[in-house]
Amino acid sequence: MKNNIILYVGILIFGIAAPFIFPAFKVQLSILCVLIVLATTWNIQGGEMGYNSFGNILFYGLGMYLCASVQVGMFFPLAEWTESGGEKTFVHTPTQFFQGMAVGLIVAAVVPTIVAGLIGYSILGLRGHYFAICTLGLGVAAGEISGGIEIIGAGQGFTTPPFPDVGSLDSRGEFFYFLSFFTLVLTFIAVRSIYSTRFKLILNAIRDNEDKAEAMGIETMKYKIIGWMISAFFCGLAGGIMGGLVGYIDSTDVAFDGREMGVFMVLMAILGGKGTLWGPIIGATVFHIFKEGFWTFFLGWQYVALGVLIVVIVIYFPEGIMGWLREKYPERFGEVVDEKDRKAQVELK
Amino acid sequence: MDFMVFQYPMISVQACLDGVLLGILFALIAYGMALQWGVMNIINIAQGDLVILGGYIAYFMYLYGIHPAWGVIVAPVIMFFVGIAIYKLVINKVVDRDLFISILATFGISILFMQLMNFAFGADVVLANSDYGTTMLFNNNVVLPNSKIFSAFISILFAICLVIYMKKSKLGRAIRATAQNARAAKILGVDTEKVYAATFGINAALCGVAGALISITFTIHPYMGLPYTIRSFMIVIVAGLGNLPGVAMSGMGLGVFEEFADYILGTEFRIGSVFLLLVLILVYRRFKLSRKREYLK
Repeated sequence: MKNNIILYVGILIFGIAAPFIFPAFKVQLSILCVLIVLATTWNIQGGEMGYNSFGNILFYGLGMYLCASVQVGMFFPLAEWTESGGEKTFVHTPTQFFQGMAVGLIVAAVVPTIVAGLIGYSILGLRGHYFAICTLGLGVAAGEISGGIEIIGAGQGFTTPPFPDVGSLDSRGEFFYFLSFFTLVLTFIAVRSIYSTRFKLILNAIRDNEDKAEAMGIETMKYKIIGWMISAFFCGLAGGIMGGLVGYIDSTDVAFDGREMGVFMVLMAILGGKGTLWGPIIGATVFHIFKEGFWTFFLGWQYVALGVLIVVIVIYFPEGIMGWLREKYPERFGEVVDEKDRKAQVELK
Repeated sequence: MDFMVFQYPMISVQACLDGVLLGILFALIAYGMALQWGVMNIINIAQGDLVILGGYIAYFMYLYGIHPAWGVIVAPVIMFFVGIAIYKLVINKVVDRDLFISILATFGISILFMQLMNFAFGADVVLANSDYGTTMLFNNNVVLPNSKIFSAFISILFAICLVIYMKKSKLGRAIRATAQNARAAKILGVDTEKVYAATFGINAALCGVAGALISITFTIHPYMGLPYTIRSFMIVIVAGLGNLPGVAMSGMGLGVFEEFADYILGTEFRIGSVFLLLVLILVYRRFKLSRKREYLK
């Protein structure tokens, strides 16, 4: 326990100091924070609850569009803004920008949560692969439909308000870094406190045997919906931040990007280890470093590499880094291992 | 929203006929999916990409001056071996694993194929021109391209051949036995590994035929695969596994739905409406099933 506190404080200090130590990587670090948030929240229902969703991208994209629309719509007519496109006829003052961002982020977090609650009852009743395909369909449908709506830019995309001129050039990167880092800390605290309650045990019971859990008197549907709503809350928040960070929203390439972000969050959680607290965090970090480090070498072949990576990870490494560590050093995870039993298991394999 | 379609009945007739011809093609793809789903218990997200790959084979024949209709014979032969290669490399490692693993693995294959096709063939929307002309019906009010009629005819032909093959041949019997009970089939001397490979190959070959027909009648593009996967998945869950007339009927129904959605909502919402329909069907199915299940309340 004592070690843990030192670890957390260390990470917190590193997180706060990071943009000053690596000033060139501020944007990358912010994206990393967002990725960790996405992977961690995917893990709530993907790993702990056993409902493997491809549809969390729905909340992410929804949050992105909502945050930007609110930020613009609070001060200027939204339709004219999207019509003018990249040419800036309207400029936010710093106060307007930050006010809009704050309200936008709240809306971006709350509305997806409500949406998740509303559709949860129908969607979460599906089991296994039906759920996976249904959520995949939801994500793609959202992308296709938002690509046809004129007021948010349709197929041409939607430029989010540019960061106002507040004096220093670095302030944009720092603002978004601390915003995403704060979200990350918030997510981590929330998820960690959830994982230490009965709620997590219920989620695990749903994953292991839903019918049995129901027979034991747990109202599984209620907990499934709550779990999904928590995911949606943080996904929407992450989406809102990412929209401001990227500066441009496109329906199928940025917001509802099932081919990229939608798969990334699943992949990161699996790479790190599903159903663990630290797994998605490690997975997201490793994945992001790999992606940024090697993407430039593949130069145009990155999606081919991504496809191969998915297949390789899924087939040869489904337990993830944490699962592998756990198998190798079970004592570190507080498991008491009988040496005979372990040898017998190794022989069985 | 555009309700022209209801004011001029001829447009409805046009949409229905187009939809039925299109739906027969969808049913052929869905048949392949039902086959591998039933036998191997795998949902292949890369199904649509196999279709598009088959389409490119026909398109390249067209580019080299061969009539693309011959693609109907060449594409399945090539695709059969592509299917077996995919099986040997990836699928045989996920057959008896968790379903989500197979979904994610085939999703990876899908992304891989999409990009490889994008590199190899370019990101343009292409079609293979068959020069078949058109048929006018109902006092020239309804226009049907002959290529669509040709494609529906060929699809039905292939489906019938496959059904007969499954009923009569030794491999067909082995496939059906494996679908019923893989373990028992193994005990009785069926080489299930071979059966799985053959099933996946046949599925890929069916995709190849459908792709060649699609490249003749419609257009193909490297990124257009996923909607075909979703359509075939939808058709299979509506019809149920192993229900061939059901697959044909729901395929046609989907085709008609799509044509009407195209007319009423506009072309930009066509794919979106397909995916939304999938969600609605799954939700409907969930409520229908949950009525059968007795909940503890």
